[in-house]
Amino acid sequence: MSDGFIELRNIRKVFAGVVALDAMSLVIKPGEIHCLAGENGSGKSTVIKIMSGVYRPDGGEILIDGKPIAAMTPIEAIAHGVQVIYQDFSLFGNLTVAENLAMNVHLGEKRRLMNWRRTRAIAREAVDRLGVELDLDAEVASLPTAGKQLVAIARALMSDARLIIMDEPTTALTRKEVETLFRIVRDIQARGIAILFVSHKMREMLEISERITVIRNGRKVAEGPTGDFDEALITRHMTGGDILNEPYAWTPPPGPPPVPRLEIRGLTVPGKCEDLSLAIRPGEIVGLSGLLGSGRTDLALALFGMVPGYKGEILIDGAPVRLRTTQEAIAAGIAYVPEDRLTEGLFLPQSIKRNMLATSYERLAPKLVIDRSQAEEMTQGMVRAMQIATPTAEKPVMQLSGGNQQRVVLARWLLTDARVLILNGPTVGVDVGSKAEIHAKIRELAQHHGLAVLMISDDVLELVQNCNRIVLMHRGCFIEDLPAAAVTEETVSDRLKTFT
Amino acid sequence: MALLRRSETVIAGILLLAMVLIGTINPAFWQLDNLFSLMRSNVIIGIMAMGVLLVLISGGIDVSFPAFAVAAMYLTIKGMLALGYNGVVLPLLAATLMGLAFGAVNGFFVYKFRMIPLIVTLGTSAMVRGFLLGVVGTSMININKMPTALIDFARTDVVSVTKADGTTYGLTAMVLIYLGLALAMHLVLRYTMIGRSAYALGGDPEAARRAGFDLRKTIFFIYCVAGALAGFAGLLHSGMIWLANPRDFVGLELDVIAAVVLGGASIFGGRGSVLGTMLGVFMLVMVKNSLIIMRVDTTWQLVVVGLIVIAATALSAWRDRRRAA
Repeated sequence: MSDGFIELRNIRKVFAGVVALDAMSLVIKPGEIHCLAGENGSGKSTVIKIMSGVYRPDGGEILIDGKPIAAMTPIEAIAHGVQVIYQDFSLFGNLTVAENLAMNVHLGEKRRLMNWRRTRAIAREAVDRLGVELDLDAEVASLPTAGKQLVAIARALMSDARLIIMDEPTTALTRKEVETLFRIVRDIQARGIAILFVSHKMREMLEISERITVIRNGRKVAEGPTGDFDEALITRHMTGGDILNEPYAWTPPPGPPPVPRLEIRGLTVPGKCEDLSLAIRPGEIVGLSGLLGSGRTDLALALFGMVPGYKGEILIDGAPVRLRTTQEAIAAGIAYVPEDRLTEGLFLPQSIKRNMLATSYERLAPKLVIDRSQAEEMTQGMVRAMQIATPTAEKPVMQLSGGNQQRVVLARWLLTDARVLILNGPTVGVDVGSKAEIHAKIRELAQHHGLAVLMISDDVLELVQNCNRIVLMHRGCFIEDLPAAAVTEETVSDRLKTFT
Repeated sequence: MALLRRSETVIAGILLLAMVLIGTINPAFWQLDNLFSLMRSNVIIGIMAMGVLLVLISGGIDVSFPAFAVAAMYLTIKGMLALGYNGVVLPLLAATLMGLAFGAVNGFFVYKFRMIPLIVTLGTSAMVRGFLLGVVGTSMININKMPTALIDFARTDVVSVTKADGTTYGLTAMVLIYLGLALAMHLVLRYTMIGRSAYALGGDPEAARRAGFDLRKTIFFIYCVAGALAGFAGLLHSGMIWLANPRDFVGLELDVIAAVVLGGASIFGGRGSVLGTMLGVFMLVMVKNSLIIMRVDTTWQLVVVGLIVIAATALSAWRDRRRAA
């Protein structure tokens, strides 16, 4: 039975009366790549913290090499070779790669003095062991996300790890970087180190893992070799139901073609994008993809009035507008949901209500005093319409799941009567169930409210399923404008891969 | 060119440029006695700046050190007079320990209650100053009562030159104390784990906790050292100016913080060096000194120092943001 390196048996964990984990069991065999799948809030991070000794379970057993561990502490977990790579990597941006790598060794040896030569030697060894190129003298803050991740992995490997837990490791990576990461993960596995990949991205799980455990609401609902699973099955386990995925169809209304909701003519942002022209008609959802740095975000920012120096014309419903500030963009009917909703879009400690109304205060308070009853009415209506799971609109946004947070951002823009909706990575970091709901909402907005939607995403499947057209961008130019019905995820991905 | 990208190089360049500029406007600037007096003016601000540097690196800020300095100085001299003691080493030690104890109070609140250092140090600063003036006294101790040993010690010169007209001037030996403390701070920051823990704490407190740094030790160390340096500098200052004024050092925090930020330390924590700080101190003192020579009103000097703080902070914020991008 116990052929696992680490095993959780019937773990139970309760936080302030709320059961986070119940009868949770998980076996990780030595040297395997195991995936822990589950939606946000399903208990994945609690599992990580129990395995790494941060939380003490309220019931159940933890076994390592078949022997029960009486009380797992972080130090004991590390001593047994359990290493966690957190989503934020836990690195010191102001220090060099070398010092970041050697820090734990120095601390472990309880040193008082800093030996720089030894620091370099330790770091050199760690980097060589991982088999990657890293500038040891570079400041970590200057590295791209993928580079920071390499440093974090190299550091985890140094401590004679037997299991490396990676929490959502692919979130901020491009497709190419994900491939590099997977190659490294397989390398690590070849040395007999097990990997626990915690994720909600199904294609990545299926690609990398050997076994999958799916949890839902704090319980294990499925477990088995990866070969037994496909995307639909994992989704069903994760959400407890099927999710429909029909491509979005848009047919122009009969008669003369309608005036585009959003039209850009020869839009140029010096050094970022060049001579872009595009028309989006009411009800259309247009996808925009390209590698990072292709200029897609610059286009979005220009449309939202954040690049006042742009050249070219922007027309809303046929009327030319000049967008020099975000206020002007909002007044013109443009809404922008940024890539990183956590840092750019939301005031996390503030209530749902305040977040929703953040861009509507001018309308709510024409004479400086806020119309409270109208504000209440608007928020209640939106909480219902967007199906945000909360007992009250006074709840701080940071207590909501990622999907619900995204819905709050969408709700905010709907309240401004936006006519053009620009979404930048609308479902990054959102679990499958919420993702489908957000997609349904976006489609509904386009179809029934006549919005023009520009959806920017790295997730090609998301674009293929939800857009009627897909525009590919590279080095600041539009390369192709494809009808979504004529393409598949593979053809678009292959096309993107030719851009370098 | 790694050397060109270092902020110290940039600061040194700006400093040199400013010196040439000031020297052109006022050739007397380059005279040896002016340079010696400039270096003398570096000592007290420089020693205090070492403490502020340490605090800034750790992501904190300290506005209480002038109050600690004046309290340590005045209490020590009052004590010396009461006991009739005339010496150097023990009083300096006493002032240093007093500053250290005050600093420990800062450290306690910053660590135990996770309070914002600005608020903590504003509070302790007001309390210490108020206590000093209310309980200990408000009268100045002039040269006629000052302990002679302190004055004699602070008068020591490393070199002295006799001018053609027979007057002599020299470079105070206190500069050596400043240089020694600066070197010690450099070694602590660069070659000890406690120094590196200050950088780690300033870089990412959460990561520092996870990595297993003893943050209690680090925070107490930082605020105690800042307090101790202030106490030491306070007493040394009174020896150098032959006066113990319980209302001294008002507004000095601005000068010192300006100098440290000018020296390339980040107001957000995590970055800063001793060499840069020394250059920053020199630049600030030189600018203020030149304003005096040019007969600029003291109120306008305040404007200039304020401008320097804003400009230097803006510059370092811009630099840090660019680095993070």
